[in-house]
Amino acid sequence: MTACPDKLPLIHALADGELDAANSLGLEAHVKSCAGCAAELEHICAVREHLKHGLLRYEAPPGLRTGVEAMVSEATALVEASPPAAAAHQPRSGRWFAGGAITALAASLTMFLALPQLTASGIEDQLIASHVRSLLATHLTDVATSDKHVIRPWFNGKIDFAPPVVDLTEQGFALAGGRLDYVDGRVVAALVYHRRLHSINLFIRPAERFGSNASFTNTRSGYSLERWTGGGLEYWAVSDIPAAELGQFRQQFLNQSKHAPMR
Amino acid sequence: MTATEGVPYSTPDQAAQFRAVILPHLDAAYNLARFLVRDPVAAEDIVQDAFLRAFRAFPGFQGQSPKAWLFAIVRNCFFDWVKDNRNSGAVTDESTDQTEETPESIVRRNEEVHMVRTMIENLPEPFRETIILRELEEMSYKEIAVLTQVPIGTVMSRLARAREMLSKLLLPRKMGASV
Repeated sequence: MTACPDKLPLIHALADGELDAANSLGLEAHVKSCAGCAAELEHICAVREHLKHGLLRYEAPPGLRTGVEAMVSEATALVEASPPAAAAHQPRSGRWFAGGAITALAASLTMFLALPQLTASGIEDQLIASHVRSLLATHLTDVATSDKHVIRPWFNGKIDFAPPVVDLTEQGFALAGGRLDYVDGRVVAALVYHRRLHSINLFIRPAERFGSNASFTNTRSGYSLERWTGGGLEYWAVSDIPAAELGQFRQQFLNQSKHAPMR
Repeated sequence: MTATEGVPYSTPDQAAQFRAVILPHLDAAYNLARFLVRDPVAAEDIVQDAFLRAFRAFPGFQGQSPKAWLFAIVRNCFFDWVKDNRNSGAVTDESTDQTEETPESIVRRNEEVHMVRTMIENLPEPFRETIILRELEEMSYKEIAVLTQVPIGTVMSRLARAREMLSKLLLPRKMGASV
């Protein structure tokens, strides 16, 4: 009692759902009348049952996943563009701050020499890079909490200004945490908000004394940017949500921070 | 750090896209590599290499099936690995017969899973690869034919042969009483 040799490959194809309707119809009719082929089909299905077990597949070990993800982030141009970013993977160390100090020194020298500041587009590139990097390196937050009373003191002593931290959960932008980042040669505060499945990075740094206080919106390579100033601070919101929604975010942030004491 | 040497700079867009499109198939890539090479450490090396190559080649990715695209790279890395290691005699089929399992880990693991994995790993090529692609990775005949560069008829006969071999190992145990 064996299957008809000419039908054998087709029986496999039937079991695999690879036959078109016409051929399936013909073969199903044949299987009904041919015990050998019927047994073969059953046999194939029995083997397949054993292979259905989802646990048979190997899963990538965590180390491999980490390695591949590190490769992706390291290979991005913008990671290369701002060298201290490599330190973002490591615990905050004295070395990092030392590096920051040197860069800060370089930055103040730059100011001394009255060289033009980074152009707006340069800073935008950096901010988008920081935003993407924070998502890539799964290093979105240093302090992950929706409690503004935890985040605000966390920044104390790490930066020389006090960023206002407001929770906008009720307005549809859930506070997810805070982080230190490095933009344009200095350490800045980054607040992280979630909007649906998207993340918003709000970078905050002291405004340049003679810097522009213009507010504007921009969209670059699919990312929206919002810039505004207030209370001696400069704010940049970066996200992949539509520019209109990011504008809404700015408005809500301004409304709420007005009511919140700035201490 | 040499892993990223020679990698052309990519835009954040490309990196984000790579993460979104290719990275989800990391487990599948590892699964394929693991069954092909039958060694956990070598499988990791192959997949790491494959992702590096995939990342370099990603600007040329034209929106075909990302999994099939990645698998083609994993296979090439596997073949290169075989080439590199054949001369050094580091790993041969015999050496891969012994698994890395200890008695404890076998007990811990679902025995059935371990047994079936071992049976699949003991299938000779090209039958092993064909059954992995079909049953574990659920690729279509056509996708397998394109990937392994053989006609669909060959895919079908390999699959039939692989199942025949597996059924001899799998079924007598369970159906022995009824036969």
